[in-house]
Amino acid sequence: MNLEKVIFGFFIVLAATLNFGFFVGDLSNPEHHDIYELFAAIVVNLIATVLKFGDRTQIGAVHLSTSLVADLQLIAAAMVWGYGAHVVGTGMTPDITAKVVSLSGGALFANVVSVIILIAETIMQRR
Amino acid sequence: MTPATHHSTLFLAMRRLRAPLITLITIFAISVLGLTLAPGVDGRPMSFFHAFYFISYTATTIGFGEIPFEFSNEQRLWATICIYMAVIGWAYTIGSLFALLQDHTFQNAVATERFARQVKRIHEPFYLVCGYGETGRLVCKALDRLGERAVVVERSPDKAGEQELHGYVTDMPCLAADASLPETLRFAGLTSRHCRGVLALTDDDNTNLAVAISARLLAPKLPVLCRAGSTEIAANMASFGTRYIINPYAKFAEYLALALHAPNTYHLLTWLTGLPGTTIERHRDPPRGKWVLCGYGDFGKVIVEAFDRESVPVTIIDREAPDGHGHRVVKGDGTGASTLERANIHLAVGIVASTGNDFDNLSIAVTARELNPNLFVILRMNAYANHALFDAFESDVTVVPSEIIGHECLAVLTTPLLEPFLQEIATKDDAWSAELVEQLTGRFGWTVPAVWSVRLNLRRAPALYRHLMRNSGSVRLADLLKNPHDRAISLEAAVLYLRRDDDDHIIRPSGDEVIRPGDRLLMVGLPAAKRDFALTVTNGHTLDYVLTGADRPGGWVWEWLAERRRRAADTA
Repeated sequence: MNLEKVIFGFFIVLAATLNFGFFVGDLSNPEHHDIYELFAAIVVNLIATVLKFGDRTQIGAVHLSTSLVADLQLIAAAMVWGYGAHVVGTGMTPDITAKVVSLSGGALFANVVSVIILIAETIMQRR
Repeated sequence: MTPATHHSTLFLAMRRLRAPLITLITIFAISVLGLTLAPGVDGRPMSFFHAFYFISYTATTIGFGEIPFEFSNEQRLWATICIYMAVIGWAYTIGSLFALLQDHTFQNAVATERFARQVKRIHEPFYLVCGYGETGRLVCKALDRLGERAVVVERSPDKAGEQELHGYVTDMPCLAADASLPETLRFAGLTSRHCRGVLALTDDDNTNLAVAISARLLAPKLPVLCRAGSTEIAANMASFGTRYIINPYAKFAEYLALALHAPNTYHLLTWLTGLPGTTIERHRDPPRGKWVLCGYGDFGKVIVEAFDRESVPVTIIDREAPDGHGHRVVKGDGTGASTLERANIHLAVGIVASTGNDFDNLSIAVTARELNPNLFVILRMNAYANHALFDAFESDVTVVPSEIIGHECLAVLTTPLLEPFLQEIATKDDAWSAELVEQLTGRFGWTVPAVWSVRLNLRRAPALYRHLMRNSGSVRLADLLKNPHDRAISLEAAVLYLRRDDDDHIIRPSGDEVIRPGDRLLMVGLPAAKRDFALTVTNGHTLDYVLTGADRPGGWVWEWLAERRRRAADTA
């Protein structure tokens, strides 16, 4: 067992699960989507991205790109939330909530791809 | 020093900065999270938006104060912790970044990548020079003066750094790496379609051999010039088809032999292959008679062989000379007068100081000249740094290996037709050369002339080529050699050699020779004549003027007007 691999897998899967946790629920109901979960998803996603830095293989490159997509989507979601909560000042209306959650849904898809690549890589190695 | 197996410096940087970046993200996350939990003055905690804003300006030490509301004591407590965590995080990250920038491997990778990029951006022909020692420097300087571009690979970082200080007109990318690695050569543009030739000029024979082999396999069509210090290496290089192998000592021995039996051919050769812009000093010709040679090493051996071929008697002075060469050997040190006297220096006509030590050589020459002032002195210079001493001594011939190689390289590279021509003149007798030298130096002086080859094809001589295709057999050589500014004056240039596509060749073609498309000419003349000739063969109007004397107006409108005027004149 390789500790590096454990940490690597842990962060990738955690990023996906947190993302899923935030995404799941009624699309426009703010009560179903906890903002702390979004925060955790962003932080874990960023860490997962940095962990993927520096791998020059083809699979490593795809890994990194999926993570970058997820980061982009989640940060966009956070910005929409900040806009709704502070700039417009209306708080989490169903409209804003739907936007935030659907953006995080896009990130979830990228995270799922990331997990699939992780599994594929593991199967490929057969060790 | 491997030239960046990690090709992309960005990836290297990212891998090295992984830990500091994760630390920073974690510290930010913890700080923001804590701030969204700590109750404010009104009992409600900050939102994520405000928390992230506060941490962003606090962690980066910008510090706007407590925004948007006064902080509660709980919040201040947490903010204090955050500040110290952030400082540690930034210190760690910035420290790692600077360590990375100072790192030798990283700097190497950056330099290699910049070099590869520079080479890739060269969109004109260039030469790849391996080794920036005395020879490399000489060749680069001359290439620069000729307006050719070069790419340099040098193993020693000191010498490579020196290159930037020499102030070349053109930008000359330089990499400090081992040229014997094929990867280095690939970075340096060996496989680029703009690469015109490879020069292996390092002082290490094995590196030169490696360069020759790499070039032979990776870019088989490129001409490769190799410096070789020993005959074994030269034979090895020749075995896989290296076209030009330059052994400076063998080359000098060849010249010496030539100077002994055909001084005029030798003069012609030095005049044609000198460095452009320098003046050839006419020293006296080496006399035939008894010679003395001090130091029977690599150089001494080839010189003795050359003397043997010319059947000139020679006495060898060496500390331990092996026999088997059939010459008288005086054991001892040539620097002492007694040894020289034992070798009958007062009866000799010339002396060759050929030891591997410059000061010994000078000492030998000074002592010998005191004993016999009329001696013809040939001095071997090992390190160019001592050239001031050699200049002061005024020997008859100073053998500088780097110069010999440099001249040879330039002659071969810039004028490919020169080599076959030189081989031809070596077979002619001395009287023939004497006449040619007389004629050429009478016209152009003893300053090294411009020597160039022209191929009369569509690319190099478009105007002439088109003219020849339209009216074949109409242009004689003499028609072309006129000044494009005033055709009554003939061009200060001469054609030495003409090579036809069907392997036919003419040495010193006469002015009545009819030229055909595809001919190749070896020309010699003043630098201005080179430019004028290029203008004649590339510009249609100039060519018309030179051939017919008619000054054609350019452009459709003027052509049409001129045509009308001519017709009007005809009918009138």
